[in-house]
Amino acid sequence: MPKRAAPEINASSMADIAFLLLVFFLVTTTIDVERGITVRLPEWSEEPPEELELKQRNVFNVLVNAQNQLLVENKPAQVEGLREMAKDFIMNPTGNPELSEAPNAAIISLKNDRGTSYGTYIEVYNELKAAYRELWDEEAMVTLGKHYSDDLPKSDKDLIKKKIPFVISEAEPTSFGEESN
Amino acid sequence: MSKFQKKRGKSNPQISTASMPDIVFILLFFFMVITKMRETELMVSVQVPKATELEKLQQKSLVHFIYIGRPQPHYQAIYGTAPRMQLDDKFATIIDLPIFVENHKQTVPLNLRNRVTSSLRVDGKITMGIVQDVKTQLRKIGQLKLNYAAGRKVDKNK
Repeated sequence: MPKRAAPEINASSMADIAFLLLVFFLVTTTIDVERGITVRLPEWSEEPPEELELKQRNVFNVLVNAQNQLLVENKPAQVEGLREMAKDFIMNPTGNPELSEAPNAAIISLKNDRGTSYGTYIEVYNELKAAYRELWDEEAMVTLGKHYSDDLPKSDKDLIKKKIPFVISEAEPTSFGEESN
Repeated sequence: MSKFQKKRGKSNPQISTASMPDIVFILLFFFMVITKMRETELMVSVQVPKATELEKLQQKSLVHFIYIGRPQPHYQAIYGTAPRMQLDDKFATIIDLPIFVENHKQTVPLNLRNRVTSSLRVDGKITMGIVQDVKTQLRKIGQLKLNYAAGRKVDKNK
């Protein structure tokens, strides 16, 4: 048999094939980091919670009804203004006798209906959390000279959170507006 | 001197493209590796709300997902349109929740079990009723770390 030269495979289209695959993966890849609002639920107990003697001025009542309307301190309100109201209430810079005595005495009470939309609930919760974050930021600027961020050492964060603790109490929702199955 | 001058301008050097496939393949492998295909098919439609106060979920292995939303259109004939919960790849009720959480906890080393987080991926348009039931159930089984999944919204007050 005569010796034949081994036929060479033309590899010039390899790059095209690779590019095609590359584009496919580029398009389908979504580099998404899971993000969300982190909360810690209170522990469950069978007994009804004991009645706490709380001064009414230290409790910031937020109600969201099944029509997604907001009632803050017994007055109708808008979500947009909630953050400022909460900040005012917690810090009470003018010493108003109707607002909280001290930042570490303030408690936020959040109550919603079962018919409240989840989006509204998150919006309200987000505003309350944002109010605290802004206050922490201000506090950190005063005491540490730095912006508040999650990267701060834990001792610094604890110091700030001790001064302005984030206390939110969520009442068992009332069953208005429950969707029927 | 003349030696150097001779070389210059004599030939037009071409950039070799022979290594291009290699470069492309490296890129390709990179994207292949980081691409994470969704392993659970969503049977409920979930459009998470947007928020500003977000925290990253640190370790994926410590997180389990609870999807709540209305069933997708092609499931509505069987399951109706009321909001439902999906665990893994099937519809579930809150009775299934303790076993689901426990199963996940079993895969996590003992010393990390208290850091297990439930990520609630809930549609923004549904009502709080079912979410509240899930929260109550999670409290009852002592799974207290919770994360409401949300998209990022630009803070207009900032």
